[in-house]
Amino acid sequence: MKEENEILLLKGNEAIAHAAIRCGCDGYFGYPITPQSEVLETLAALEPWKTTGMVVLQAESEVASINMLYGGGGTGKRVMTSSSSPGVALMQEGISYMAGAEIPGLIVNVQRGGPGLGTIQPSQSDYNQATRGGGNGDYNVIVLAPASVQEMADFVDLAFSLAFKYRTPAMILSDGVIGQMMEKVALPPCKPRRTEEEIVKECPWAANGHGLKSRKPNVITSLELDPAEMEKKNEHLQAKYRDIQANEVRYEETNLEDAELAIVAFGSAARISYKAMENARAQGIKVGLFRPITLWPFPEKEIAALSRRVKGLLVVEINAGQMVYDVKLAAEGRIPVGHYGRLGGIVPSPDEIVDALKKLTD
Amino acid sequence: MTHEILISGFGGQGVLSMGKILAYAALMEGKEVTWMPAYGPEQRGGTANVTVIVSDEKISSPILSTYDTCIVLNQPSLDKFESKVKPGGDIIYDSFGILEPPTRTDITAFHIAAMETAAELKMMKCFNMFVLGGLLKIHPVVKMESVMLALKKTLPERHHNLLPVNEQAILKGQELIKQ
Repeated sequence: MKEENEILLLKGNEAIAHAAIRCGCDGYFGYPITPQSEVLETLAALEPWKTTGMVVLQAESEVASINMLYGGGGTGKRVMTSSSSPGVALMQEGISYMAGAEIPGLIVNVQRGGPGLGTIQPSQSDYNQATRGGGNGDYNVIVLAPASVQEMADFVDLAFSLAFKYRTPAMILSDGVIGQMMEKVALPPCKPRRTEEEIVKECPWAANGHGLKSRKPNVITSLELDPAEMEKKNEHLQAKYRDIQANEVRYEETNLEDAELAIVAFGSAARISYKAMENARAQGIKVGLFRPITLWPFPEKEIAALSRRVKGLLVVEINAGQMVYDVKLAAEGRIPVGHYGRLGGIVPSPDEIVDALKKLTD
Repeated sequence: MTHEILISGFGGQGVLSMGKILAYAALMEGKEVTWMPAYGPEQRGGTANVTVIVSDEKISSPILSTYDTCIVLNQPSLDKFESKVKPGGDIIYDSFGILEPPTRTDITAFHIAAMETAAELKMMKCFNMFVLGGLLKIHPVVKMESVMLALKKTLPERHHNLLPVNEQAILKGQELIKQ
């Protein structure tokens, strides 16, 4: 394993794999799909089963992968999978089951264009799927949106921590740009995988056969046939989600102090918008950038506050307009909210975004 | 100082690996760098391209509208990217297979007979290093020592016997480039 604090040049997908091993991940289950296959490839090349004992398994399908997560997470282990849009679509049933059964786990989606098999080029068109739960039932998944290779590495441990803190699946919602590009990255420090004793202590709910002499068997299920009980269970989940919304909102603000306009963008669209902001400022347009880092919980209050300070918001997404509805809800009609996006695997250029900004004020 | 470079050619010409070596060399010098490939099926026979940004400051977008330097190694790349060079920027093209050379007058055009020379010297596998040499001649974005370190880092150890040939190709490329 690489030395700590060494600066490496890695693809976003490779950074995910390195970070998983270093943050004490117990198991990875996945199936190859462009543009995220380097996650599995890098894990296979690094052979962590020889060092940390982490399991790396190429499952027979995405459906199998997510159900391996259900099993592994149910025993209190730090388990993860990664895929790209069509593969993550296949996983939605399993993710819903995990949310219902309150099983932690990490799902990485390196998005590509859709619908259907779509294209292998980058896209952010799974925003709605990721932030609305995606499967059946009333639930949410914690969604982190990295905008750099460094954040790809950093968010693995963060996502696991949040998933276990709240006993719920967490997702890293990335895309082909961040997954495929190489940037400098300082890998997180190594920490060992948790011991069985530590898991028993941290996850008293886990069904792992430990402690059966001192407690009743743990049952992990999403099924409850008594509607009164099921309503209680749902209310418990909703209370948990409110707790997450109150405590886990993350975002980044740039140049908003004197801004008359603001771009709202996440992930790779935020990176491109940053350049657009620089170019627009060079042309005398006072624009800032608001970047949601957690897409769920969404920084609703912060955007509401922003909508009281600026004259207009431009939501830039690599999709037909998904996050724009969350921004409109937060802005409550106070100011114009525009949208700019490209579709089908085409990524917007900084100049196109500057043009869209100019149209917003026309 | 930020240098925004696009390299484009046929899949198999070593476009992506040339960009990678440039990116590694920048990393060795402690610079900021992004390497963003077109990662589609074009890697295997169509047109392939990569954007490499080397900077002393934090890099915002890995995707660009215009470039300081475009290196185009076939006609489709030239047709696509000539208009994307910033005014005052430059375009480097391999004269082999280019039927219509660049026409813009607000940019500088350089040509490099890399393909022809690589074939003559039976060094076809180093084709991309001739081109890299040409780039470094007109824009010393990174030092020669850093490039050699980067080659050492990116080439598997069993191919380290090829380092001198690559170095020769880079040096030759520096002689070949002409305005």
